[in-house]
Amino acid sequence: MDIPACLLYTKTGSAPHLTHQTLHTIHGLPAMAQLTLSSLAEHHEVLAEYKEGIGKFIGMPELLLYCSLHDPVSPCPAGYVTNKSVSVWGLGGRVEMTASKFMAIQQALQPDWFQCLSDGEASCEEATSIKRARKSVDRSLLFLDNCLRLQEESEVLQRSAIIGVIEGGDMMEERLRSARETAKRPVGGFLLDGFQGNPATLETRLHLLSSVTAELPEDKPRLICGVSRPDEVLECIERGVDLFESFFPYQVTERGCALTFSFDYQPNPEETLLQQNGIQEEIKYVDQTKKIKTTSCNQEMTSFEINLKEKKYQEDFDPLVRGCSCYCCKNHTRAYIHHLLVTNELLAGVLLMMHNFEHYFGFFHSIREALKSDRLAQLKELIRRQAS
Amino acid sequence: SGGFQMVSLVSLSEVTEEGVRFRSPYDGDETLLSPEKSVEIQNALGSDIIMQLDDVVSSTVTGPRVEEAMYRSIRWLDRCIAAHQRPDKQNLFAIIQGGLDADLRTTCLEEMTKRDVPGFAIGGLSGGESKGQFWRMVALSTSRLPKDKPRYLMGVGYATDLVVCVALGCDMFDCVFPTRTARFGSALVPTGNLQLKKKQYEKDFRPIDNDCACPTCQKHSRAFLHALLHSDNTAALHHLTVHNIAYQLQLMSAVRASIVEKRFPDFVRDFMGTMYGDPTLCPTWATEALASVGITL
Repeated sequence: MDIPACLLYTKTGSAPHLTHQTLHTIHGLPAMAQLTLSSLAEHHEVLAEYKEGIGKFIGMPELLLYCSLHDPVSPCPAGYVTNKSVSVWGLGGRVEMTASKFMAIQQALQPDWFQCLSDGEASCEEATSIKRARKSVDRSLLFLDNCLRLQEESEVLQRSAIIGVIEGGDMMEERLRSARETAKRPVGGFLLDGFQGNPATLETRLHLLSSVTAELPEDKPRLICGVSRPDEVLECIERGVDLFESFFPYQVTERGCALTFSFDYQPNPEETLLQQNGIQEEIKYVDQTKKIKTTSCNQEMTSFEINLKEKKYQEDFDPLVRGCSCYCCKNHTRAYIHHLLVTNELLAGVLLMMHNFEHYFGFFHSIREALKSDRLAQLKELIRRQAS
Repeated sequence: SGGFQMVSLVSLSEVTEEGVRFRSPYDGDETLLSPEKSVEIQNALGSDIIMQLDDVVSSTVTGPRVEEAMYRSIRWLDRCIAAHQRPDKQNLFAIIQGGLDADLRTTCLEEMTKRDVPGFAIGGLSGGESKGQFWRMVALSTSRLPKDKPRYLMGVGYATDLVVCVALGCDMFDCVFPTRTARFGSALVPTGNLQLKKKQYEKDFRPIDNDCACPTCQKHSRAFLHALLHSDNTAALHHLTVHNIAYQLQLMSAVRASIVEKRFPDFVRDFMGTMYGDPTLCPTWATEALASVGITL
């Protein structure tokens, strides 16, 4: 797998809105998909009886699979972690898991990687106490050691790599302890938990992030959860993060928007002019943070996207993004997507998801290219100019 | 053409000789849909087949309104023909009305077939009427429509209805059923349907239909679809939609093949046997309808 990279976001083992066939029309699909335990834990019995693992069950045997605890889009209620168990919230309700139940579920799922059971609640409140931060580290290490021991007893589980989770809230001391201790264990990689929030809260934690990754071995992947916006992604890459979730394009889709930001950090002069004019126009029309209520996310619209519900797109016969090679841009217009949204057609979600994923995967490709040619600074400047 | 909306949105519409006036429940705005306006819109849309605007009444309505609607539909057909700007590119179909009254329907057939249109639709059925009345009106209509022009039965439907109405002489059909039922979690199979949300499919690792070549059946099990249907991922609905459309297309393809190979009656017997357990267990109306065209079960 080339890194930095993003993981394909899924809900209940399927890309949102997309059948297998539709998913595979998208260019630049990630090599690894993210599954969430919150959506799959309640199907434990079924998977156990199925025996052949979640990859085959969901029809994605060709992708690598990483199983996270929670769904980054729907944060779960706090207050359900104990010394002995962690809870995830599925559509059927709460599923409480001790280390042994957790490992039994992973044994049925058989993902390639899975996030270890961990206490992520030190970063939930506004100001965490050192006590709470310490507890999150202690508990997570205990869970990790228990899970590693259980893994030793199972041939099936040994085929999966456990991802150690770095906790510690906003306390530098605890973060460093978490990183150092976790790195001592035979984990397959590291998940940096507790950095999710909004760009403002991430900024205050960037220093923490750098310090944490400095403690981690170079030869094991570093994942981060809850960070998916283009500007935030770049900040984290500069500070040692390798893998990201791709839920941001999904959130954009749910609010009827399409990603249009440019990641072409070395366009030809003609394109530069056209693009600059394009960007200028979009920024002119985007009001200050618009709050768009949707069924599954209450996020505010960013300046990386356009809102196809707006009346001005009614007769806009351009593709979502000129030059985009996705199915939607090759076959349809902004006016059509607008029409689908206004008439409440399911197809709107399908087409927008196809475009938004492809656009986002293209962004990650450009990150890798920029790193190879030492032009990350240019890309970062381009993204910064477009961030609201 | 917008005609059916006179039935589905009857409380928001008002019919006069001019056309049908619809009132929006959201902002009170009114739209007049006249035969001319309907054809104008369809000309702009550019479809290969366009439909006349007809005066549609629900099949459960009786009395003088049915006769009024039938005669008006003829007048509106003539207005549509006159208004049609692209007869060389788009085929305007007439729609036979007359409700469940044999005399009225016969009159409509006689009149409309005098007009030289490329095809005929059989309308005003597939509402709430009894199946006994339904098949008789279909048979009456097909018996008096030209043999060399397509007969399009609107609003049909279920698999059994499709097979029987092909036997009665219909060529084309449309229905929301397969895709709508898909969105409710129901998969169509030769023996009926599978309500995949039900617990019995939780651990059923077979595909919806072993013999189906659609992408859903090639890749996924009933158990996975069951789990996905209980999530908020719309992909589940799309999987079933694809399958149900494939089912319908496969059914009609098999119908055509059996006709070409001169074994349609056997096909019908097989179909009914699979669907109802035994050909003789198929619904009475279907048995009668098939008998009327010489197919015995």
